[in-house]
Amino acid sequence: MELHELTLHELHELLKKREVSSVEATKALLARIDAVEDRVKSFITVTPEEALKNAEAADQRIASGEMDMLTGIPVALKDIFLTKGILTTCASRILSNFIPPYDATATARLKERGMVLLGKLNQDEFAMGSSSETSWFGKTRNPWNLDCIPGGSSGGSAAAIAARQATATLGTDTGGSIRQPASHCGCVGLKPTYGRVSRYGVIAFASSLDQVGPITRDVTDSAIMLGAVAGYDPRDSTSVNIPVPDYRKALTGEVKGLRIGLPREYFIEGLDPEVKKAMDESIATFRSLGAEFVEMSLPHTDYAIAVYYLIATAEASSNLARYDGVRFGHRNQDARGLLDMYMVSRDEGFGAEVKRRIMLGTYALSSGYYDAYYLKAQKARTLIMQDFVTAFESVDVILTPVTPTPAFRIGEKANDPLQMYLSDIFTIPVNLAGTCGISVPAGISSGGLPIGLQLIGKHFGEETILRAAHAFEQATEWHKRKALI
Amino acid sequence: MKITRKEVEHVARLARLELTEEEKELFTGQLDGILAYVDKLNELNTDGIVPTSHAVPMENAFRDDLVLPSIGIENALANAPDRSENFFRVPKVIE
Amino acid sequence: MKYQVVIGLEVHVQLLTNTKIFCGCSTRFGSEPNSQTCPVCLGLPGALPVLNKKVVEFAIRAGLATNCSITPRSTFARKNYFYPDLPKGYQISQFDLPICVGGRLDIEVDGETKPIGITRIHMEEDAGKLVHLDTMEAGEKSYVDLNRACTPLLEVVSEPDMRSADEAVAYLKKLHQIVTYLGICDGNMEEGSFRCDANVSLMPVGSDTFGTRAELKNINSFRFVKQAIEYEIERQADILDEGGKVVQETRLFDPASGATRSMRGKEEAHDYRYFPDPDLVPIVVDAEWIEAVRKALPELPDAKRTRYQDELGLPEYDAEVLAASRDIADYFDACVALYPQAKPVSNWVMGELLRALKEDNREIADCPVTPGLLTEMLKLVENGTISGKIAKTVFDEMYKTGKDPAKIVEEKGLVQVSDSGAIEKIIDEILAADPDKVADYRGGKEKLFGFFVGQIMKASKGKANPALVNEILLAKLKG
Repeated sequence: MELHELTLHELHELLKKREVSSVEATKALLARIDAVEDRVKSFITVTPEEALKNAEAADQRIASGEMDMLTGIPVALKDIFLTKGILTTCASRILSNFIPPYDATATARLKERGMVLLGKLNQDEFAMGSSSETSWFGKTRNPWNLDCIPGGSSGGSAAAIAARQATATLGTDTGGSIRQPASHCGCVGLKPTYGRVSRYGVIAFASSLDQVGPITRDVTDSAIMLGAVAGYDPRDSTSVNIPVPDYRKALTGEVKGLRIGLPREYFIEGLDPEVKKAMDESIATFRSLGAEFVEMSLPHTDYAIAVYYLIATAEASSNLARYDGVRFGHRNQDARGLLDMYMVSRDEGFGAEVKRRIMLGTYALSSGYYDAYYLKAQKARTLIMQDFVTAFESVDVILTPVTPTPAFRIGEKANDPLQMYLSDIFTIPVNLAGTCGISVPAGISSGGLPIGLQLIGKHFGEETILRAAHAFEQATEWHKRKALI
Repeated sequence: MKITRKEVEHVARLARLELTEEEKELFTGQLDGILAYVDKLNELNTDGIVPTSHAVPMENAFRDDLVLPSIGIENALANAPDRSENFFRVPKVIE
Repeated sequence: MKYQVVIGLEVHVQLLTNTKIFCGCSTRFGSEPNSQTCPVCLGLPGALPVLNKKVVEFAIRAGLATNCSITPRSTFARKNYFYPDLPKGYQISQFDLPICVGGRLDIEVDGETKPIGITRIHMEEDAGKLVHLDTMEAGEKSYVDLNRACTPLLEVVSEPDMRSADEAVAYLKKLHQIVTYLGICDGNMEEGSFRCDANVSLMPVGSDTFGTRAELKNINSFRFVKQAIEYEIERQADILDEGGKVVQETRLFDPASGATRSMRGKEEAHDYRYFPDPDLVPIVVDAEWIEAVRKALPELPDAKRTRYQDELGLPEYDAEVLAASRDIADYFDACVALYPQAKPVSNWVMGELLRALKEDNREIADCPVTPGLLTEMLKLVENGTISGKIAKTVFDEMYKTGKDPAKIVEEKGLVQVSDSGAIEKIIDEILAADPDKVADYRGGKEKLFGFFVGQIMKASKGKANPALVNEILLAKLKG
């Protein structure tokens, strides 16, 4: 088998046995990137020199016997993670020249473990989008069908895994931005509980919703990557100080007696029949493994998108105020006067979707509308959270589709933002409730596009959803299917 | 109409976005549609409901009052679009 | 005057922490531009604030010292606006749930005590500095230094309870005294550690409906507060007299002209779009924490003044002067602890000590005469080793050299002469030298007693024990 085809844990075993070196593996992945990148366009920046330097250091570390699971593993990061000395753009023109003077905590943790950084992955601009079409650096394509979107916003992270351009990647998930592209690209995508992974050095979209997580080839890799980046960070006030378990130990294959909830609001008309079929088959698989199913309700689901688009845009409108052309980033140098400099630089620097969301968020917070929009949304958020709290009193895991349909075609929804927003209905409530969710491959459509299954856990219930996802993976072959590119 | 073009212009100014005429037109229509959609929240009775800022309960995250090294003037100014000596430079602010 | 002025003050108190409110950068004043910065205070992408616990503790101190209630669960909010000295495009402040609410300060004006309400005290970050260096180059540019960005501030907002410029000054002085006593602010108004904005409006005498107010900014001394408010009262009265309307606006005080001028250019309809900062978590202050802070509070000026009068028996004036500043009071307290005779200590501190410091433009903390030295000297006076007069010489020498008083007395031969034989000898010589005056005294000119004492002290180079001199001289003159 070729080195770029290996999962993280498979490659780790070979590195550990010294059957391959990190330099060899890294070269293989760089070669793979060269081979397919012009079709997939997963990357904004590839860092071959950095990668080979990291790989050499990793090989020395392996030789000295101080090996971590991540040592020598070629990894790529969504371009939302700050990487010291390496261009970090968040797929925006406004940061198209930004060289960070520091590393995100997640970046630093992976570096400490000896990862090999292959480069920075494409995404929707400022993580605002569900299709990776809003990047200033061009659209990423779905390796399963190059005419389709890879999903978003972590589209590059998912496409790179599907196209075997990186062994593992990190993304961020604010309303489904890890799980949805993972689903569309046939990968495993995990959004941890809010506070589980530090947000420090991760460019903020919506601070109360953003969370870092891995996109990987399989569930075992997901558990390894989560363990590598999770944990308290004193530099993030919202990072939670509870111990990080060994997530791999949770992968027992045992789901007997696991109570799985099926929320009726998620199995609605309009659900693509092939997605519905994949869900039915998945339920049957779990049942055969001894899991029990409970019909249940998350009654406020229908309000989630409205709540999300008010809260996320309000926070974003403020988070993106720092892109003012004063200390870093794009500035229109011809601007006359300060106000002009702000207005023109920001107009040029941001794309349409980002501007649209800044506008919506600014409006929702503005005088006279705060109570009607922002405050109302925060209260409705409480109701949505309570739905989950109540649900988890009687179930261990909630099973839902990740998206109503498989990946759509590039450009299909580009002119209808509301339609684009509505496609995130199954992933958004998890962010609003701050719980964790994982997307695992659960089918292939007749058009050859992957279909994902979402397992939602309670706060800090990552072990349970990883266990269930792993058991499902063991019982199925979907994760072994690959994009023919 | 949930939002007028005039309001869009006002919001754009608050957000420091110099929108083109086409953008103003486009956003007025799109924001109007989105605002009409989010109006469905009015179906919900939220009297007495406490608003949520953080989905996971958290409080009292502090640091001690200990000096940490700064990143240095050159690092601070490295990405500046315009600088002079050790200052960031901007078009004149009129007071 | 037919108008009643109504004044409320908003005071920004810069806190004496080592580090900024949300990052570990130093708060030291006067460093190279942009040298005290990091991703957090530069507002770089991805950076996140973490609250300095000391800031909360200082805020609770201020709240307790001003009779506020401490909010059990308070939060930070973002105040959104664009300005080059505001790196994130928003200021982290407190909005609907400030850390302290509902306090009171008592001020005294013309012998009357008046309570001034404190609406709230909240924590926030300062902005950076905009520098306009016309000398640097031609062209219309401003320069940004972010060393000050993210420095911790308390904003203390009063009720509109003040009715004259004097009351406003009294309130401001009282607040200044308290925050410096608490050790949470250096009180340096020139460097901007203690800044005041004043809301001033007029209403007809007898009315209870406030007029439209102007907000006066940039008032950085007690004198300017008085000037600015008095100017503003006149300006508004003129407008009202002519039947005009006062415009609600921000006005900048110009110390050079003593006038306020409109800042309308900057005014643009503000809409700060406050909302809870999702990067920060609620601050929960329980009773235990409040008690711990309360226990550690220093004795405050009012309490000190009362104690000096009631327990130490000092006159009101002494108590006032000694309690006026924490440093002087601390010095005095240290002296009294070593030498528990308050009045002589008070006399020396208020007299020689403060005079010497003032001439020297020195802070009491840097005084070469420590409480230990001063009280050693007072003990020498008490046990008769030196006279009160000689003590002044010893004090000056201590102030110059920081030497031990006993050593000074020894080196300079300043020991008081208490040998009655020796004193008698001097007295005899003096009386013998001026028989006419002796006769005059005996004839009824008793005022001459002082003359003789002076002569005797002079002859003894001030070393004769004054009590013995009096006693022996009286006996001899009675003859």
